[in-house]
Amino acid sequence: MTDQKIEAPPVTPDTAPPRRVRGDDSHARNFSAGFVVKLVLVGLVDALGVYGILTALAVQSWAIVAFLVLALVVVNWVYFSRRAVPGKYLVPGLLFLLVYQLFVMAYTGYVAFTNYGDGHNSDKADAIEAISIQNETRVEGSPTLPLTVLNQDGELGFAIVQDGDVQVGSAEEPFAPADDATVEGGKVTAVPGWEVLGFAQIAQQQDAITTLRVPFSDDPSEGSVRTQDGSTGYVYESTLEYDAATDTFTDAATGETYTPADSGNFVSEDGDVLTPGWRVGVGFDNFTKVFTDSRLAGPFAQITVWTFAFAFLSVLTTFALGLFLAIVFNDNRIRGRKIYRSLLILPYAVPGFLSALVWRGMLNARFGFINEVLLGGADINWLGNPWLAKLSILGVNLWLGFPYMFLVCTGALQSIPADTIEAARIDGAGTWRVFRAMTLPLLMISVAPLLIASFAFNFNNFTLIYMLTGGGPNFVGTPVVVGHTDILISMVYAVAFESGNKQYGLASALSILIFLIVGLISFFSFRRTRTLEEI
Amino acid sequence: MARTELETPALRGRRWWAEVGWRHVVGWVMILICVLPLVYVFSASLNPGGTLTGSNKLFRTFDLQNYSELFAEGYQDWFVNSIIICTVAALGTVLMGAAAAYAFSRFRFQGRHGGLTALLIVQMFPQMLAFVAIFLILLSIGDVFPALGLNSRLGLTAVYLGGALGVNTFLMYGFFNTVPRELDEAAKIDGASHAQIFWKIILRLVAPILAVVGLLSFIGTWSEFLVAKVVLQRQEEFTLAVGLYYWGSDERNAQWGLFAAGAVLAAIPVVVLFLFLQKWIVSGLTAGSVKG
Repeated sequence: MTDQKIEAPPVTPDTAPPRRVRGDDSHARNFSAGFVVKLVLVGLVDALGVYGILTALAVQSWAIVAFLVLALVVVNWVYFSRRAVPGKYLVPGLLFLLVYQLFVMAYTGYVAFTNYGDGHNSDKADAIEAISIQNETRVEGSPTLPLTVLNQDGELGFAIVQDGDVQVGSAEEPFAPADDATVEGGKVTAVPGWEVLGFAQIAQQQDAITTLRVPFSDDPSEGSVRTQDGSTGYVYESTLEYDAATDTFTDAATGETYTPADSGNFVSEDGDVLTPGWRVGVGFDNFTKVFTDSRLAGPFAQITVWTFAFAFLSVLTTFALGLFLAIVFNDNRIRGRKIYRSLLILPYAVPGFLSALVWRGMLNARFGFINEVLLGGADINWLGNPWLAKLSILGVNLWLGFPYMFLVCTGALQSIPADTIEAARIDGAGTWRVFRAMTLPLLMISVAPLLIASFAFNFNNFTLIYMLTGGGPNFVGTPVVVGHTDILISMVYAVAFESGNKQYGLASALSILIFLIVGLISFFSFRRTRTLEEI
Repeated sequence: MARTELETPALRGRRWWAEVGWRHVVGWVMILICVLPLVYVFSASLNPGGTLTGSNKLFRTFDLQNYSELFAEGYQDWFVNSIIICTVAALGTVLMGAAAAYAFSRFRFQGRHGGLTALLIVQMFPQMLAFVAIFLILLSIGDVFPALGLNSRLGLTAVYLGGALGVNTFLMYGFFNTVPRELDEAAKIDGASHAQIFWKIILRLVAPILAVVGLLSFIGTWSEFLVAKVVLQRQEEFTLAVGLYYWGSDERNAQWGLFAAGAVLAAIPVVVLFLFLQKWIVSGLTAGSVKG
């Protein structure tokens, strides 16, 4: 950035005054390259921020407005004040950290105590609107309206003739009079700015057209127009009427009233529930659900046990093999040690997600390389049997992970002073004794924190599980799609995104559980290494 | 007499096998296990029409058809997406991490100790653990800044940058502390501003560690799957990890040849970087970071 000065060739004639060297002048008199860059960057940030504030105001996201205002004030103060020097270096990173790590974690905590998820996705006003719209039926005895289907840049709309006036609207834009439209034979044939769809095009987009709802106004209670055939429209109105004064829905046909309940739904006295509901706090329900819901408690317990077993066994097996190989190759008499080392770390160099997918193919029960070629046409259901799937996962993770342990152990072995070992030998200790009493304890000093880190990493090794088995084979009869090889974090994913009913609240509660476990592991690891004292 | 024989470098016969030879056997077996899946996927990538079964006979054909077909399937988009996202994330990580490390290493200000401790605690919790909340927050941000919301490569990059400070500041902080303060003091006496000290002195002195942190971040982001899968939903915006997942996990096995070719190409940059950086990665590993 500061190299810009060199780029300008000295074309100035001798008579010109010598270029001023950057000195202690204030920014007001001397615009250095750095200051200009700063001005431009902060200006850009301000422009983006102001744009964001205006849009956030428009969509009424008050939290975003507040954050942006605060962020802009801080940024401008820090970069134009002479006092906040450390801040100039910390603010960019801290802003990102604040939004995408700290806030995200805090938000996880908030969502864990709500029923956020399918059926409870938004606030109460949205729920009221959605209920009104979803319960619309054709108004009995209402006239049929001559209707034309329109298209504007891929967005569908309707044009109707009502009492001789032409009205045009779409899902987003309520009906508005369009006086410049052409009407022939009581039907709209052309609207400026819109393309009129012919019969063939209507047939093509039949689904989109029969589900299109064009409202009369932004107020859902005023009803809408829908069509079944693309040429005649009917007036639809909600059978459920919302009364803002009493905060209840009343069914026009049955007279039943629905009142808001603590669960975030309108509920009638008979217990009928209107969907969708809205987001409400549910206390510790999400946390207790995995223990109290009998269909969930069993799988959850199994998954938790497997998560710990998987992480522990992964560390144990990779460490054992890595250490064994490190000892085997820790001998100067072996020729070509470097070549061995380079080839042995290949599994670690290849991105883990690729290896997992390759293994998934190789372990395929019917066509995979392992069964077909290595085992001569055996029919072993590697990824479909609960126990074999677990074994496969451990095996693949061993393949993926032993080179790391091999590298680490090689380094640690070489740092063990040879004379200590020599002394033990002279004292009469055998190979096994030297290993047990000398090598291993000395090795552990430097390797133990890495083993803990590796445990924490494998505890959340989503990629491997998801790529290799997808958590399968699945449990039967669980309300969420989870399987025998799922670990906690892949269970969170299944609850949040892969089950028919997305439950962000429950998923967040499970995330909090993972946070706690990971925090505990790190706490012990830090107690060991005492990094905190080095600050 | 047997003792002295041990000292002589050239062992022969049974003795050699007992002392050294078996180690070569272990090495060969392990190399076979390590390399076989890689050879297999390379062979599958050269097998046109590739189904899983058809790929089992190694190097039956040698045909680059899968590689040329990749381009018809939009693979190059994924590759470019991955390159851009990882490069921006790596550069941002290095710049923001270095700036923060500079502040912590060179200035004494209120909240410095607290800030370092807080960073250390934040570092314990990988950002991706909160992927559900990341999804929900991007959903909200998308209403205001569609470019930073769901289904946006920029939005994904911003998420990655958010995780940068927590992971790398500490590593760099340690290195910054090894640069003698006398250097900055001398520069300050000569009239250099704090910005000049940062850009022209410190950053140049720690350039090697910046390169290593940047490349490690690049490698890590290249393999990141969970957050990318949650954020990106349109095919043309996929990163390699997300795109190749769809090909590789396709149960009908139709895309296996394509997947293999794509996997070979996707692995090459990382393997090259890795072998190139081997020494640094090993020391970085011992400093406590684990590659994904």
